[in-house]
Order: sequence, then structure tokens, then C-alpha cells
Amino acid sequence: MPEPPVILAKGTGAATAAGHAGTASGGPGGAKVFAPWNDPDAKPLVEFRSVTKLFGEVAAVDDLSLKIYPREFFALLGPSGCGKTTLMRMLAGFESPTHGEIWLDGKELTGTPPNRRPVNMMFQAYALFPHLSVADNIAFGLRRDGLPKGEVAERVEQMLALVQLHGLATRRPHQLSGGQRQRVALARSLAKRPKMLLLDEPLGALDKKLREQTQFELVSIQERLGTTFLIVTHDQDEAMTVADRIAVMDQGRLVQVAPPAQIYEYPTSRYVADFLGDVNLIEGRVAAMAAENARLTWCEGRPDFTCPANPDLKPGDTAWFGIRPEKVAIDKDMPPDRPGQNAVEGTVWDIGYVGNLSTYHVKLDDGQMVRAQVANRVHLARREISWEDRVWLSWGKDDGVLLAR
Amino acid sequence: MRGGGWGRRTLIAIPYAWLLVLFLAPFLIVLRISLSDFAISQPPYSPVLDLPACFGEADLPAAEGEAPDLLSCLGGWADQFWGLVEEWDFDNYIWLTQDNIYWLSYITSLEIAAVSTLLILLIGYPIAYGMARAPKAWQPTLLMLVILPFWTSFLIRVYAWISILKTEGLLNQFLQGIGLLDEPLVILGTNTAVYIGIVYSYLPFMVLPLYATLVKMDESLLEAAQDLGCTRFTAFWLVTIPLSIPGIVAGSMLVFIPAVGEFVVPDLLGGSETLMIGRTLWTEFFGNRDWPVASAVAIILLLVLVVPIVLFQRHQDRAQEAGR
Ligand SMILES: Nc1ncnc2c1ncn2[C@@H]1O[C@H](COP(=O)(O)OP(=O)(O)O)[C@@H](O)[C@H]1O
Ligand SMILES: [Mg+2]
Repeated sequence: MPEPPVILAKGTGAATAAGHAGTASGGPGGAKVFAPWNDPDAKPLVEFRSVTKLFGEVAAVDDLSLKIYPREFFALLGPSGCGKTTLMRMLAGFESPTHGEIWLDGKELTGTPPNRRPVNMMFQAYALFPHLSVADNIAFGLRRDGLPKGEVAERVEQMLALVQLHGLATRRPHQLSGGQRQRVALARSLAKRPKMLLLDEPLGALDKKLREQTQFELVSIQERLGTTFLIVTHDQDEAMTVADRIAVMDQGRLVQVAPPAQIYEYPTSRYVADFLGDVNLIEGRVAAMAAENARLTWCEGRPDFTCPANPDLKPGDTAWFGIRPEKVAIDKDMPPDRPGQNAVEGTVWDIGYVGNLSTYHVKLDDGQMVRAQVANRVHLARREISWEDRVWLSWGKDDGVLLAR
Repeated sequence: MRGGGWGRRTLIAIPYAWLLVLFLAPFLIVLRISLSDFAISQPPYSPVLDLPACFGEADLPAAEGEAPDLLSCLGGWADQFWGLVEEWDFDNYIWLTQDNIYWLSYITSLEIAAVSTLLILLIGYPIAYGMARAPKAWQPTLLMLVILPFWTSFLIRVYAWISILKTEGLLNQFLQGIGLLDEPLVILGTNTAVYIGIVYSYLPFMVLPLYATLVKMDESLLEAAQDLGCTRFTAFWLVTIPLSIPGIVAGSMLVFIPAVGEFVVPDLLGGSETLMIGRTLWTEFFGNRDWPVASAVAIILLLVLVVPIVLFQRHQDRAQEAGR
């Protein structure tokens, strides 16, 4: 395995070595890094053990195992229908696993009804009680616990402050905007101080600006309270923004679980690479495999690509080289030949312009399309490269990944 | 634009015209009769409202000129009207307070209607709830089953209960057949039979509006309640019941209001002890042929029922305001 990539952990700015178990603390600056998943002694808050959920013949969740640690902000990411909601509902107690066990804080949960589980859920459409005021909605769970009146009022005040909804306590849900409703739902689900908060597509109904703003607020609330958050989303930007770790799901299974930067930079499969962000995938055959780098034959008669090694592959195997468009440089002239540099020639086929970025779709001479994405630093009118131009695409030997599946 | 405005106004006018012709006009006639005296004549009250005379007199001067004639014509009507008002007397209403039978009938009717409404609510709620929670594919069938009794005349269905409830009826035959009873139960001709009849007849009017509110309730609200610490039962009590109040109110009104004035059920199934206002009214009208007193009974009944109707209207307005 090559020297593992350096991944920044969220919020700390310090670095940890991904893939190296047990290096959770003691980064270069001495700052403690939050990465309990790398610590074999860390006790998970929630553990799914080979959980399967069948609906008739269909496995909504398929032999899934997962550990989530205290104080973590964990995101379940996947396309619609991959089983995210089902997984969350099993944790909340609304569905029971067909096989397997779910442990929470050292206790097996089977048979515990939803009202006795120390987790709370924020529902996809908020599920606010229309007949109760904002304050009564927030107090609903506290009253069920039989908290004294004074304490309920105090907690409701705290929650309203937390989500910045002072002065709306007496409103009914139908008198609120979408964003305000979302905040009430958040306050209501946090009021009981659950060990874990489950959020099912919490921002799905908000418009883009509000969603982005709310994502940061969620993170700040989570850091202040120290509650473990499990968020379900099909929006990769959302998962990348809020989560300490992301689990990418596909058809009831986990395909990769890793911190956002690692999952983006070092996906382990084409599915993950393609699901998170944009990627160029070039199929080839492994020509050589060394400790650090591998060589991939991708087109007869052209120089092989030099790329990071993948221990799962051996020479002769079919493999895919993946590289993000923003890591591909585009030039009109052939770049200077440096060791480890990969360069290919092609014709500009199309240019996608989105204001701040331009994406060049370049057709290689063997017919494959490769995209290069460049920040538009100069005015559009002074852009050097145009349609039909012959261009060179280049990238360093460690800029992409070599994927076995 | 103007055409659209006219179209809309016509549309709005239709229900008002309907109310005017079929409610307000008969009401005014009944009110008028209730303020007359009993008379042995045809019709049996005096003074008689002489409509042809009013119009006949008004038609005469119309041939000569325009404006003054219209005035005199109006004046003629006004004179006639005042003539009638002077003859108004409230004897019939005073009479109603002097004989126990009337206010006892009102009280009994209200009591029977209220208890029946409560019974129907208790029986109808589980039925409506079960229907709303049944698999989607079954719901049209279940709905059909609730409506099915309407395919037979109400009168025939109440008659059928006689043969079930009478001393040698189906119910007693069955209970004696399985050895549960030695002596037959006396149900027919008691208030119990009236309750059975009313509950049976009015049940669909409770079930349908309840079903309509329950079926559109969001299941995730119950899950949210459970998530926040409710058992299934407390979630039902704290969420389902409050959210179905519009259905409860609508159903109760649909049952209570006609049940107060119910005549067929107490007449066919009840006995002499069942003093319901519908029967008293009937006796007054056809037995004693005292139209003025019968009209007064009807007017008072209407006033008694206006209270729940107004309350119902208020509730509807508030529910509408709450966007539900
Ligand atoms: N109650 C249910 N009955 C039958 N099938 C279900 C039920 N709930 C979910 N499924 C199926 O399970 C799969 C996963 O659903 P879900 O967990 O809701 O996906 P996601 O939240 O990722 O979109 C889907 O194929 C869905 O049709
Ligand atoms: Mg979902």
C-alpha cells in the first residue's frame, strides 16, 4: 500500500492517517483529532450487526453491519430506494429487523417499542402536530416523560433559543414558513435530549440557499450539544458539508464508510466515485503493480498511465482509472515531460460554462471522453481554448485512483 | 368580465333562492299560523292568510297611472300587513308553558337524541377508524357496506326492527332457543327500542364524516407521537382524537339534529312512555287538529335546534381558518 493519503478531520484542521488504526489522537499539532472509528478501544453508541430487513421478497436492508460512535455526525447517503429510511426506522423502532441485531449503548433493542428508545427522530415531512402550538409541540415529549411544569417551560425556552424561534411559541404549525417548521421539528426532536438524533432528509423541503445555511446551523447545534446525529440524505453536498463520516449505500448494502474527504478523494469503487461528485472513468488493464504506483494500459499504442497502486489488483486484471475533472489540467501545448506525469491529447468537443467554472469535454483520439474542469479566472471573452482545438490533458501520478470494481 | 360576474352571481343566487322558497317561505307560513287562533273551520285557524285578496286588490289601480299607483299599492299591502300584526297573539306559546306534556317532550327528545348521539359516536368511531386503517383496496367495499342500508326505505327498515324486537320476535326466539332466557324480553314499546332504532338508523351519518377525517390523517403524526414517548393508546388519545374533532362535530350534528325531531322511530318502536316532540307534534296536528299549537311547537323546536347549528357553524369557521 502506498503512503496513505492525508485526510483532514472535520472541525479540527489537524490531520490523521486514514487506514491506520489507532492513530486517532496526537496529530502533528498535538490537537486531538475526532476519529473514534480508528480507535479499536472506542465504544460505539450504535451497532448494527448483520441486519437484514425483508419486505416480502425484497431486501430493503441486506446483511448490513455498522458502528456509529458517540458525538459523531454520521450521514447515510444513497439514491432513493436504497434502504436509508428503513435502516433509520429500524433504529427508531418503527420496523424490526428480519435478521440481525441492533445495539444501542450496550443494549440490544429488539422488542423495545419506539417510545422507550433513547433516540428521537425528525421526520421527513416534519410531522408537526397541527392542533398544537409551537411550544406545545416542543413540550409534547417532555410532558410524556412527566417533567414538572417549570422544567418543561424552561426546556421549551432553551429549545426555542437554540433554533432561533423566539416569539413564535404560540403560533400553530400552519402559520409558519417551511424553514420555521423545520426548526420546530428539530427543536421538538432535541427537547428530550436523546442519545441520538435521527434526521430523515431534514432539509429536503427547503430551497437551496436556506438549505445551505441550515446545514451549517445543524453542524453548529450538533457540536454545541454533543448529541450523536444520524442524517439520511440523497444530496451528496449535504452529506459532505455536515458529516464526520459518510456511509454510501446501494441496494441495502454499505459500499463505503469513510470521512467526506477520504470518500471523495479515495473512493473504493466506481459506484462511490460516480455517486459523489463528477469523475472520469477510463477502463484498462493493469500492466504493472508496485508498492506505490501501478501502470495501467488503457489504449494500445499510447503510453500507460502511472497511477496509485491498489493492493486488490495484480497485473493482467481489468481495472478502472478514475480522476476528478478538477484535477485534470488542460493546455494547448504539450506539457513538459516530468516523471510520473500523465498526458493525453484530444479535441475539445464541448464546453460547459456555469459562471465560476468551465468544464471542457475533450474527445481523446480513441473516442473516449474526458472532462477537465477549470476555474474561470479570466473573462470568458479572453478564454484561450475553444471548440475543436487540439489540447493536452495532464495530471500527476497520485491525482487519481485505480479501482478494481 | 361582466358576463363572468353575472354567471357567478346567478350561481350564488341559486342556493339562496332555494332557501327562500323551500325554507324561509314555509317557515314564515308556519310562524304566521302559530300566531293565529284555533278555529273550527277549513283551514282550522283564524284569521286566514288571504293571499289572492292581497294581490287582487293591488292589481286594480295598476291600469290608470304609474308612480302614485305603485305607492298606493304598497300602502295597501302595508295596511294589510299591520292588520295581521295587530291580530297576532301569543296564546299558543303561553299555552305551551302551561301543559307539562310539551316541555317534557322537548326534554325527553333532547335527552334521547343526546344519548343516542353519544352511543352512535362510541359505536361509529371504531367502525370509521377500522375502515380508515383497512387496506386501501378494501376501503371502497367497506364504504359501500355502510351505505348499503340506504337502498331500502327507512320506514321498511324500522318496521323490520319490530319483527326482531317484539316478544315473539327473532331476538327473543334466538335467546330462548339457546337457553339464555326463560321469559321473553320486553323491548318493543320501550325507550330501549327507540335507542336501538335511532342508533341503527343514524349510524352511517356518523361513520361517513368520521371516516373522511380519519382517512386523510397523516400516519407519521402517530409515529412522531410514539417517538416522543407515547404508547399506541396515548398517541391515539392525544393525536388521533383531537385531529378527528371536525369529523366528530360534523357527525354528531348530522345525528343529533334530526334525532331530536324524530317521529317514525318513537312512533313505531316506542311506547306510550316515549314522549318525543315529533310524536307530540303529530298528535297535536292530526289528532287534535290544532294547527296553531302544532305550529308553535314546531317553531320552538326550531329555535332549540338553532343553538347547536350555530355552534356547529362557528366550529366549521374556525376549522377553516386553521387551514384544515
Ligand atoms: N413498508 C414497506 N413495505 C414494502 N416495501 C417497503 C416498505 N418500506 C420500504 N419498502 C421498500 O424498501 C426499499 C427501501 O426503501 P427506503 O428505505 O424507503 O429507501 P430510501 O429511504 O433510501 O429512499 C424500497 O424498495 C421500498 O420500496
Ligand atoms: Mg427515504
